[in-house]
Amino acid sequence: MRVLIAKPGLDGHDRGALVVARALRDAGMEVIYTGLRQTPAQIAQAAVQEDVDVVGLSSLSGAHRTLFPAVVAALRDAGAGEILVIGGGVIPAEDIPGLRAAGVAAVFGPGTPTADIVAFLSREVGAKR
Amino acid sequence: MAETHEITTASGLAVPPCAEPRPVDPGRLGQPGQYPFTRGVYPTMYRGRLWTMRQYAGFGDADESNRRYKYLLEQGQTGLSVAFDLPTQIGYDSDHAMAQGEVGRVGVAIDSLDDMSRLLDGLPLDKVSISMTINATAATLLALTVAVAEARGIPSAALSGTLQNDILKEYAARGTYIYPPAPSMRLCTDVIAWCSEHAPRWNPISISGYHMREAGCTAVQEVAFTLADGIAYVEAALGRGLAVDSFAPRLSFFFNAQMDVLEEVAKYRAARRMWARIMRERFGAKDPRSMMLRFHVQTAGSALTAQQVDNNVVRVALQALAAVLGGCQSLHTNAKDEALALPTEESVRVALRTQQIIAHESGVALSADPLAGSFYLEDLTDRIEAEAQALIARVDSLGGAVEAIAHGVVQREIQESAYRIQRQIEAGERVVVGVNAYQAEGEPPADILRIDPALERRQAERVGQVRARRNPAAAGTALRALEQAAADPAANLMPFVLDAVRALATVGEIADALRRAFGEYTAPSPF
Repeated sequence: MRVLIAKPGLDGHDRGALVVARALRDAGMEVIYTGLRQTPAQIAQAAVQEDVDVVGLSSLSGAHRTLFPAVVAALRDAGAGEILVIGGGVIPAEDIPGLRAAGVAAVFGPGTPTADIVAFLSREVGAKR
Repeated sequence: MAETHEITTASGLAVPPCAEPRPVDPGRLGQPGQYPFTRGVYPTMYRGRLWTMRQYAGFGDADESNRRYKYLLEQGQTGLSVAFDLPTQIGYDSDHAMAQGEVGRVGVAIDSLDDMSRLLDGLPLDKVSISMTINATAATLLALTVAVAEARGIPSAALSGTLQNDILKEYAARGTYIYPPAPSMRLCTDVIAWCSEHAPRWNPISISGYHMREAGCTAVQEVAFTLADGIAYVEAALGRGLAVDSFAPRLSFFFNAQMDVLEEVAKYRAARRMWARIMRERFGAKDPRSMMLRFHVQTAGSALTAQQVDNNVVRVALQALAAVLGGCQSLHTNAKDEALALPTEESVRVALRTQQIIAHESGVALSADPLAGSFYLEDLTDRIEAEAQALIARVDSLGGAVEAIAHGVVQREIQESAYRIQRQIEAGERVVVGVNAYQAEGEPPADILRIDPALERRQAERVGQVRARRNPAAAGTALRALEQAAADPAANLMPFVLDAVRALATVGEIADALRRAFGEYTAPSPF
């Protein structure tokens, strides 16, 4: 399984993104990390180029309601709408239904064990294959 | 039950079942207010004056944030601390494509002198000190503050406050850099030099370990990397020809307060002693004030849980207690809901009350350094000092903090520690109440602060109006002069930035002028 971990927008908090990236790699996945300050278009382009199965988005700045759906849209525009998109960060529970409706498959908030993310991806991406 | 792992502090220092008695070494402790300042920087500490209660706040637009500051002052807060949104911190105006979704989110959106005037409206700039969390665009935000004060007849010499202006830790942890390290260090030093002449009551830099600790490093790494950054700034200022005692008294610091109370107290004491020695022995400072490590503390955002948010009130109280026992000069206490969103007025009030209860009811502020002489605490202080000293020596051997950061050494150390903590939590070796133990089902949703989605559009329109109504020739001339001055390493850019903000040039335009001169920084992949 190939996973792109991405930081959309201007948020510089990458502790969570890096910990998740490392945990997924330790679980046997191939992980690419975009680094900070990526636009939705840049993330979609990297996802297509790297031929990933999953894009994991992280934002702690409150911009998730704008940026996460924009990444989903950019992936669809790039003909890569089948790539699974998940997200994490400082995201209030009441925002999650809206993000899911916009095409974000799951949102993992603070305190989530990385094992839960591994299990979710194995199930979801495994089922698609 | 058999112990399956060594008992350690939160940062991994071995803890004995009971600390061995040890003699007190007066040379290492000194008295409060005396070298090496282990026991505090002032002789009477909080009996003379309590720490400044300074809640970091800002969101939405200038008017909304101004209302929050007035509310906090009415509630007994004694200093202001401005949070800027990410576009302001990274030098994009609110109508820039990169600002989309970020305007007014993690702080207030400031695009021009017009916004800054409204942000500071009705606030007594000559009486209340203002701290500003701003780094890559620090010179611009300082210039805006000076220009607003000027317009009210308050000279820059009367202003007191603090500019974070610590760019090194942005590369290491926080991520709001714009330019490459060398021109960024020059900008930072320009501010230090300008303040030493024009704003003697202003702290031109707050050398910060807070964000590196938030990113996952240990207490020892926090002390070592912060002081190593401090050494780099002192060397940069000396390189500009400043005399050490002309600027060092105004260097200030910013540390985290994590959950292990006694380790944190020991950390602050060790940092004070180390900085005093560094300034006297390494840099030959003569003025005792140059040797005093004065510091702000913020409680640890990363220790707050999204689960059972009321528990965070207790966490913050313990962290704030550590900061006070450790002799901080100012303190921000986090609100309980910050793992979910920006805090509400109600949650901020409880956070401020936490400080007031510690100050007025707990008794811990009555006597300076009340834990001194504790076998356990003095041993921890010594060990943090020894380990941090070894780490600083390693940074020195790599060519100093700028080089260590450029090569990603500091970042890797921080990431290793962060991953270790996560593994410990998942293995159950580190208990986080409500997260991996004592969980509760079906928690009620918390009442959180919402930013008006129309704010971004309004703010974008506002900056457009400012550009339309200003004298375009004046703004253009000032921006060109700034860009030209940037090409001359001997020029101090502060007067040019001041001219630009007075001409209503925007934060984004000023950052763009410097982008043209300096280029932009791209971080090497950390993974």
